[in-house]
Amino acid sequence: MDLLNAVIALANFVIIPAIAYGSQLALGALGVTLIYGILRFSNFAHGDTMAFGAMITILITWWLQAAGVTLGPLPTALLALPFGILGCIALLVITDRAVYRFYRVQKAKPVILVIVSMGVMFIMNGIVRFVIGPDDQRFADGERFIISAGTFREMTGLAEPLAIRTSQGITLVTAIIVVVVLFWFLNRTRTGKSMRAYSDNEDLALLSGINPERVVLYTWMIVAALATIAGVLYGLDKSFKPFTYFQLLLPIFAAAIVGGLGNPVGAIAGGFVIAFSEVTITYAWKKVLTYALPESMAPEGLVQLLSTDYKFAVSFVILLIVLLFKPTGLFKGKAV
Amino acid sequence: MKKLLMATAATALLAGAAQASEVKIGIILGFTGPLESITPHMGAGAEMAMKEVTDSGMLLDGMTVTPVRADSTCIDAAAAVVAAERLVTADGVKGIMGADCSGVTGAILQNVAVPNGMVMISPSATSPGLSHANNEDNGLFFRTAPSDARQGVVMTEILLEEGITEVAVSYVNNDYGKGLADSFQAAFEAAGGKVTINAAHEDQKADYSAEVGALAAAGGQRLVVAGYVDGGGSGIVRAALDTGAFDSFHFPDGMVGAKLEENFGTEIDGSTGQFPGTDSPGAASFQDLVGDSFDATSAFAPESYDAAALIMLAMQAAGSVEPGDYAAKVMDVANAPGEQIFPGELAKALEILKNGGDIDYVGATAVELIGPGESAGNYRQITFEGGKITTVKFR
Repeated sequence: MDLLNAVIALANFVIIPAIAYGSQLALGALGVTLIYGILRFSNFAHGDTMAFGAMITILITWWLQAAGVTLGPLPTALLALPFGILGCIALLVITDRAVYRFYRVQKAKPVILVIVSMGVMFIMNGIVRFVIGPDDQRFADGERFIISAGTFREMTGLAEPLAIRTSQGITLVTAIIVVVVLFWFLNRTRTGKSMRAYSDNEDLALLSGINPERVVLYTWMIVAALATIAGVLYGLDKSFKPFTYFQLLLPIFAAAIVGGLGNPVGAIAGGFVIAFSEVTITYAWKKVLTYALPESMAPEGLVQLLSTDYKFAVSFVILLIVLLFKPTGLFKGKAV
Repeated sequence: MKKLLMATAATALLAGAAQASEVKIGIILGFTGPLESITPHMGAGAEMAMKEVTDSGMLLDGMTVTPVRADSTCIDAAAAVVAAERLVTADGVKGIMGADCSGVTGAILQNVAVPNGMVMISPSATSPGLSHANNEDNGLFFRTAPSDARQGVVMTEILLEEGITEVAVSYVNNDYGKGLADSFQAAFEAAGGKVTINAAHEDQKADYSAEVGALAAAGGQRLVVAGYVDGGGSGIVRAALDTGAFDSFHFPDGMVGAKLEENFGTEIDGSTGQFPGTDSPGAASFQDLVGDSFDATSAFAPESYDAAALIMLAMQAAGSVEPGDYAAKVMDVANAPGEQIFPGELAKALEILKNGGDIDYVGATAVELIGPGESAGNYRQITFEGGKITTVKFR
């Protein structure tokens, strides 16, 4: 029974939050990695792209809520998500036409594109703050819990509660669907194959008649969809605030680099590695150990490796270790 | 021409006469900076007391009191010191009502008030660091706001009365949160309670599941959230409720507000809290006195009125406007014995003092100066019933 309590406590405070957070990071990292693989630069504007997509979704959600349209137990935001994606696609395609294409035609070096993306980041940042403001926005509705702490206690009679929020369940399900569709698209469809070909060898792809502008266009569309979904899921699960999306840039890049930049499988693995490290290293293990160990060995202190203030430092350290010892990442991406 | 000259001379004489019987009091508050939304009401509160005294014509045989405002910025100690220096040297003030934030208040006290022997009464600096137990301030610093050390003691009393002996503490990572959490921990442990964890949280983050994970691991009967209701404090409570880590909480002053009812409703029934407040009749009469001229319920506006009133009453009691003379009288006029004085009764108080009587200034906030000259502090103890904040009692 005690061991069961230990597992439940671990699931409640570590496993479930880390899986949800990891899925959100993985979706974000997929976007970054696709841009790196196909367009060959690190897109610093990605966090703010997520914020923009989420913002459009929130505005549509509010409009739907005002019109009395809801999804019952599910959050209305899911209904608004396609519109958010469309808005985000429009933004990214316009940005590409207005900014990135100029540098692509010039065959600018990747580092120049990185700096350009920073400029784009600041502009998107400004747009989001201008439209929706810098404050927290709440847009979640519907049923809050799949299993709430109280219900679980009543059901099982265990001392430790387990809560699964609807947003956490939705995050996982959506992330799985999105990843399956993405891999099917990249591996099975003609457009997906041409994108991979373009990523592997640009010159050869051009010689075999692939239209580069089409590949670029599709990439931006997919990235917009991924960014919006990641942004909305994060906002539903936590809260929407433009600044936190900007801060997400670090763990997302860490995830993409740890997994191997340009490698979609790596991005997903990286997302979960970062999420689990952040949560487990800053978790206080006292409760779990007290349940799991015999009474004589129960710890007196908190058994916490790092205070939770250092959460972001964990992604930094992992990033450094990977770059020092395995610069191509766990799944053999491109060297940074 | 002759008439004009005469008139000018007469005016000059009159002005000169007026000058002789005028006393200036500095009001140094953060009119710009993070408190700029409440400082106009604080300044107005202090000026109202000065006008009341001037109108009464009772202060030291009809002296008038002129307020001089200066900007403490709340956060920039260098700028605050320069502003206070100007008040003392250029404007020649005889007392300072201020400053507002604990950091700049300490800086002004160290660099201006103590070297110049100037009396300072702050209406809102609550840091325990400003309690000068060893007379480091030469007896020149007072405050009409309670030290957060006092709030720690009040919290301890409330929790122990509820039968709570083990709590976890989460505080917002700044001077307010840390000061309050530390003074609470000291008081609670001295009273035999146990603080299982005393951990910081950053304000305004999206996700507090990691912080709550650590708090839950440490355990405790109740979670003390020394944060802001509009910021991370509510995030911590939300995450703690969602994960089932804690189901009742204790809220200090930064957390008690209408927003708390709105955010959580009945989910936090059984939780407790306290914030500065008094059931003294002074609070109501202060509001009547203010009317519509400014917001009497704005935070620290009544404390500002009281701070200014204390300076002038001490001057009257000492029979002198010199800080060196009246500093020792501040405690006398603030505390018993003597006739109780409420807002709007400053004229009566001046009269009693003039006749050699004793007063006990109660004012708008039930002022009672203890220890090194700080407000004992009156708190409203609250609890949550049916999703509403309910007053239990005052302490």
